[in-house]
Amino acid sequence: MFLFSALLFGLAGALEYIIPGFWKDFFSFEKIRPLHVSSAVFWILITAIGCVLYFLKEHNNQNLKQQKLIRWAFYIFVLSFVGILISYSFGIFGGREYWEFNPVFSIPITVGWILFIVVFMSNFKTLKQQPVYLWMWFTGVLFFLFTYLESNLWLIPEIRNHLVKDMTIQWKSYGSMVGSWNMLIYGSSIYLMDKIAGNKTYSFSNIAFWLYFLGLFNLMFNWGHHIYTLPTQPYVKHIAYVVSMTELFIFGRIIYFWKSSVSDAKKHFHIGSYRFLIAADVWVFLTLGLAILMSIPALNIYMHGTHVIVAHTMGATIGINTMLLLAFTYDIFGNQTTRLKTEKFGFWLINGSLLVFWISLTMAGFAKSYEQFNNPEVAYGEIIRQLRPWFYVFFVSGCGLVVGFFMVVFPLMRRWLNGLKTLEKSSNSE
Amino acid sequence: MILIINSGFFVVLLLQRLYFFRLYMEKFRIKFIVFLVLLVTFLGYSTTLYFTQTEQLAYPNTLAQKGKMLWQQKNCVSCHQLYGLGGHLGPDLTNVYSIRSEAYITSFLQSGTQVMPNYHLSLEEIQAFIEFFKYTNTTGVADPTSFTKHFNGTISQQ
Repeated sequence: MFLFSALLFGLAGALEYIIPGFWKDFFSFEKIRPLHVSSAVFWILITAIGCVLYFLKEHNNQNLKQQKLIRWAFYIFVLSFVGILISYSFGIFGGREYWEFNPVFSIPITVGWILFIVVFMSNFKTLKQQPVYLWMWFTGVLFFLFTYLESNLWLIPEIRNHLVKDMTIQWKSYGSMVGSWNMLIYGSSIYLMDKIAGNKTYSFSNIAFWLYFLGLFNLMFNWGHHIYTLPTQPYVKHIAYVVSMTELFIFGRIIYFWKSSVSDAKKHFHIGSYRFLIAADVWVFLTLGLAILMSIPALNIYMHGTHVIVAHTMGATIGINTMLLLAFTYDIFGNQTTRLKTEKFGFWLINGSLLVFWISLTMAGFAKSYEQFNNPEVAYGEIIRQLRPWFYVFFVSGCGLVVGFFMVVFPLMRRWLNGLKTLEKSSNSE
Repeated sequence: MILIINSGFFVVLLLQRLYFFRLYMEKFRIKFIVFLVLLVTFLGYSTTLYFTQTEQLAYPNTLAQKGKMLWQQKNCVSCHQLYGLGGHLGPDLTNVYSIRSEAYITSFLQSGTQVMPNYHLSLEEIQAFIEFFKYTNTTGVADPTSFTKHFNGTISQQ
């Protein structure tokens, strides 16, 4: 539901770029954008939580304890997320970018997350002799709560009354928060890779833990690259620059293992979940490459505040997070029927459209940057008008993305409903 | 003799167990120490940021504060930016106060544009926005062309 809402509001928002003022009178952009962004965030969060719990159950080889709390957390999340989307459509805001809702909604979200932590902790006793994915889930679960609370520190007047300090803390929390949910998602992807490979050699290996600590290091300290142009403390930027460059190690590793990854991919490509894992790998390469370039302050100023940032975000949320979440749902709902032509076509349509989408946004960003640096006298509206050809491409490829997702997700939902029916039948016959 | 052999086996087994136990403990301990060091550094870094004041002053009056709250309540960040952070449909407004006149800002806020709706703001609300933009303008310069690039990849601003 949240995925479809994110897709449809994304398209509605894109229409505003090609036909300015299209929805202005009844559904203006300040409503459409948070509806799109929050839906995407809710899809990522709620699916990531579900997958972590499902895989934790498989890892423990027994049913999860605290079933009641799981249900409570689920209802709290769904009700508050739906409530937030309804409040947006009535134009009720009060928060900040990405969490634009009235801060009152932060209470149920925090409660829901605490319940999730209780469930997670009750089903997981120690970190000793545990594979890397459990460390990652543990980190993601705790750091999300920390960063979410941190993103609400603006409610304290001492912080709210200093714009630059407030923005520094806001982007500190956002940067680390994305890292936290990535810990949940990447942890699950390592679990799934091991499951497909049939052994846990990788998740106990030294290199896996090295990469985990490198990821954690970046989660904690690289967020400053979002605010290079903000006049905050210089050390924040220097730390971010140096820490972000350590991601080159991950980038180099992807290139080094490219050949073996390709041969592995060929071996397992028929498995639906593996196919999405491989797609996510390609998107990690592209998105990380762009992120490293953006982390160099001298290059960042050319991309900051342009659509290159949007391209990076789309690469991360659709190309990496959504591909991985779809890989997990394939594993959970069954991989067998991936030979269906529609699903196969959907997979390629999503990835092809996303590539065109990503390129069009990047090009729009570079074109805007060129105008800003070379023709500063040109009015903003005129720059946006000049970028319109890129926005047409972005809209058409966005339509392709929506169709592709429908082609993949509907059969998955059908499989889930069939599974529910089978469960119901078997419980009735008992 | 059997007792000696058995005891020998037992000792070897015990030593082996202890060796592996130590190895396992050390491996875990290293991971745990690395985690703890990172966590403590992160918490220290976070606390420093919470309690350190930036060079910029706080909002000069309640009207400017109200302007910031209106900025959030009307969700202006969906389209506009402050220091390049925000939506891309409209321009960055950090320094709009020095680039445009008060009259210009007022007319935009009163009537909207082709893309921006008219929010039917009261005069006090418009004044609050103007005070807010007057304040953001004093905090720094957002224009990316105002930065000097250095050979090591860093940037600086006068």
